[in-house]
Amino acid sequence: MNNLPKEPPSSEITPQRLYLKRREFIKNGVYALGTAAAMGGGLLYLVGKSPPPDQPSVASAAEVAASEGYSVVENHIYDVDETPNSYKDITTYNNFYEFGLDKSDPARNAGTLRPHPWTISVEGEVAKPQTLDVDTLLTSFTQEQRVYRMRCVEAWSLVIPWVGFPLGDLIKRLEPTGNAKYVEFTTLNDPEQMPGLRSPVLRWPYVEALRMDEAMHPLTLLATGIYGNPLPNQDGAPIRLVVPWKYGLKGIKSIVKIRFTAEQPQTTWSLAAPNEYGFYANVNPAVNHPRWSQASERRIGELGRRPTLPFNGYAEQVADLYAGMDLRKNF
Amino acid sequence: MARAAAESPFAPWARLIGVPFGRGKREPLPWLKPGIFWGSLVPLVYIVLRASQGELGANPIAEIENELGLTALIILVASLACSPARRLLGWTWPMRIRRELGLFAFFYVSLHFATYMFLDQFFDFGAILSDIVDRPFITVGFAAFVLMIPLAYTSTNGWIRRLGYARWVRLHQLVYLSGGLAVLHFIWRVKIDISQPLAYAIVVGLLLGARLILWARKRPATRAVK
Repeated sequence: MNNLPKEPPSSEITPQRLYLKRREFIKNGVYALGTAAAMGGGLLYLVGKSPPPDQPSVASAAEVAASEGYSVVENHIYDVDETPNSYKDITTYNNFYEFGLDKSDPARNAGTLRPHPWTISVEGEVAKPQTLDVDTLLTSFTQEQRVYRMRCVEAWSLVIPWVGFPLGDLIKRLEPTGNAKYVEFTTLNDPEQMPGLRSPVLRWPYVEALRMDEAMHPLTLLATGIYGNPLPNQDGAPIRLVVPWKYGLKGIKSIVKIRFTAEQPQTTWSLAAPNEYGFYANVNPAVNHPRWSQASERRIGELGRRPTLPFNGYAEQVADLYAGMDLRKNF
Repeated sequence: MARAAAESPFAPWARLIGVPFGRGKREPLPWLKPGIFWGSLVPLVYIVLRASQGELGANPIAEIENELGLTALIILVASLACSPARRLLGWTWPMRIRRELGLFAFFYVSLHFATYMFLDQFFDFGAILSDIVDRPFITVGFAAFVLMIPLAYTSTNGWIRRLGYARWVRLHQLVYLSGGLAVLHFIWRVKIDISQPLAYAIVVGLLLGARLILWARKRPATRAVK
């Protein structure tokens, strides 16, 4: 008798009531699990979750820069004393509706863009309409690195070490006529390369414009790179506009046309919602978006909010461009 | 046997999460509520998991806020569909989970609002107040949330008894107002492409429409019987 194993303690014995219901118990467990899976899966599907896009590779971008044969000098005159955002933040959090409406869409979808070779046609009120090759622009203008703040109209902001050259330097060489009062820019309009163009959320192609004095301002940049590397597609390769005292929507990407005009051009966002987005789109904490406050912003990577600065902190340099203008009307 | 009659106050909660408890009346589809319970927690668990891995993108606070809000709206719409599903399709099982869905919608909208208050605005109550007062998009969202508080509070059997079923039902029709405001909040929040919020607006509209038609058809009939 002593050789038999010890009896389990009575606390471990399954009560007869449960023992008799074991099949039902298992069945209910499986059904509950199935229901949970359907409910949970359905919710995740409807919330529309997809994994974050792969990080673009910095190393290969640097190799490209070297092979293009241009160099970058640092210009610290306009630097902000704030830490730049990471390359990953700058290249995975983009508004570029030509590649989708989610911030993570451009990084995921912009692989179809072919930024090389690339030309820009120069039209309108100029002495000599012409076609520019971006490769020529990269070598004929000194490429400067400048660290600028970028404030989106959606109340978030980044600090970005751009590479590029002053738009004004190019305009001087293009010799606009005396009638040229505005410069209009147009983004590529090729649904093969930009799948987002197939959905009519905005009037395509994307068009932005500046007043001549804004365009000639030394802060206004044609950017060709970030962090010393050529622009990744999702950030507007191969060339884009950067106007740091204006909301990000003015920074038109992947430019294929520059046109000088006598009349104020119609710009994409001010056509889409004229009461929400004006021609100027200067960063202004005192003029709220009709639906949300512009008084503060979230700097990507920070927990708290920062107060938004007039002209995005560049008031000293640009405020006199708008002397005497009512900025509530000209928003 | 006296013990079985006086059920423990914990029993409903225990049943909700699938723990066998006491000897209450046997319920049909005993797996349904636990399944919905654990399934409804999946979006939250997924958010927490990705947050801990730093996988919520460059603006994780906005991502958390958006996902919690949308989850709340989806579950709210599901809870609105329960009663039309019974009336139009003859299904009875959705009615068993209606309260649970409503409470989960409230759970997610509470987290959504807490994220806005504590993470997004970072306890800046001045900014929150001016948002609620000055910005219709925040005002309607806040109203949708506030309207759900009395509904969540009176969701128990005890409150149905206390108010009387007819009055309780009338009170809980507020959920349609809340759903409408939530959809409006979603539409106004979107920068330009309102196709997704519009889809929810249409579903809420259809559910409300179905309700009104059934109500209009039923009323004269019940009067005639009386």
